[in-house]
Amino acid sequence: MAVDLHRFANPTRFLRLVSAIFPWAAGLTVILLGTGLYLALFVSPEDYQQGDTVRIMFVHVPAAWMSMGVYTMMAVSAAVGWIWKHPVADLSGKAAAPIGACFTFLALVTGSLWGQPMWGTYWVWDARLTSMLILFFLYLGYMAVWESFDDQSKAAKAAAILVLVGAINIPIIKFSVDWWNTLHQPASVATMEGPKIHSSILTPLLVMGVAYLSLFTTIFIVRVKAEILDRRLRIMQVNALQE
Amino acid sequence: MTRKRRRLYFVLAGMSVLGLAAALVLMSFEDSLVFFRSPSDLAENPIPAGRTFRLGGLVAEGSVVKDGVEIRFVVTDLAETVPVRFRGLVPDLFREGQGVVTEGRMDENGVFIASNVLAKHDENYMPPEVAESLKEAGHWQDGKEAEASD
Amino acid sequence: MEEFLNMGGYGAFIWPSYGISFLILAFLVVLSFRRLRRIERTLKPLEQDRRARRRRPAKRENATP
Repeated sequence: MAVDLHRFANPTRFLRLVSAIFPWAAGLTVILLGTGLYLALFVSPEDYQQGDTVRIMFVHVPAAWMSMGVYTMMAVSAAVGWIWKHPVADLSGKAAAPIGACFTFLALVTGSLWGQPMWGTYWVWDARLTSMLILFFLYLGYMAVWESFDDQSKAAKAAAILVLVGAINIPIIKFSVDWWNTLHQPASVATMEGPKIHSSILTPLLVMGVAYLSLFTTIFIVRVKAEILDRRLRIMQVNALQE
Repeated sequence: MTRKRRRLYFVLAGMSVLGLAAALVLMSFEDSLVFFRSPSDLAENPIPAGRTFRLGGLVAEGSVVKDGVEIRFVVTDLAETVPVRFRGLVPDLFREGQGVVTEGRMDENGVFIASNVLAKHDENYMPPEVAESLKEAGHWQDGKEAEASD
Repeated sequence: MEEFLNMGGYGAFIWPSYGISFLILAFLVVLSFRRLRRIERTLKPLEQDRRARRRRPAKRENATP
């Protein structure tokens, strides 16, 4: 029992911290999504080449950013969980994965809906699109690993290996458009020469980007709370069986 | 402490080995990871007539000729050029001076017979008015030449 | 209004993009909250039970290693 209480100590403090952040994150998400959607649909001009389809970018690019950002965060927490055996780190990855998977799925689908009118095809197997699809499968595999172990510490270990091995894919996604010629266009925002997007289109994009980050934080808090409490529940059930 | 240190080194070493392995694999598959070949690639390593591959570059200014259902244009990377013939519908973004990726094969006369044409968008986004004023100011697509000749 | 929905002829691609983004993310929010509520409901009686038992001195003696 004393060991369990010791384990609870840190997650409890973590729970108190995220619960305090939650209302701010939720409020910020509502404000930013409202502003971002208004800018994206009403204020932003059309693009000189793409016309109105540029508006798809406002939901496509933030989702793609988040898909890579969330995975990076999961890889970092997997490393922390592996090295320092910190349970909150393992549970953070478990809580973030479904959110990252949704963002990846949305990046793929919205990109496809842009590709059909602009490129002339919903899908091509170029390096960017293929590496993005692999990212989606990595998320699904990570979630499946957590589900397939009853012993949660073994699950955490196996999932950490998967997410760290798959982390190689992140720089490949980012630089695929520079290393190989692809149908997908090169980077527009994070480039050495600075953004190649006019400010009237860049502003709504950045607002939507921060809105998605804030939305992620909000959902993450709810999910990580659920994971921490679920872990507490499992420990109690095991203890109850032993008594 | 030492066990944590050991796990830290294990993760770092594992990631380095993995990164190196990935880099080697990607370098050895370089050719198949390339989505299309440029006219300059073709000039260096000609592909025999009849073999299907993708050709990409810019649609040369003033080269598009529509002849019924057939469309003829020239793909250029501002160093070499390849004439292309295609029967069918081109995507909305297909324009002179814009990127294009075509799939097909060379015929005996050095003309690329495309079975599929995809438009390639570049990384620049701006409203039409800004594009107009850039053209007037003479700063239009300063970077394009350097980029296309990569 | 009609012009706005038409989106320069690309409405058929733009609106589904926004629609699916909204649907998936809203679904994720709802599912995440429901999972948290369910776990909280199961955990509550167990924690009260544990707290009640810990007040009994005999139990506490057992638990300390």
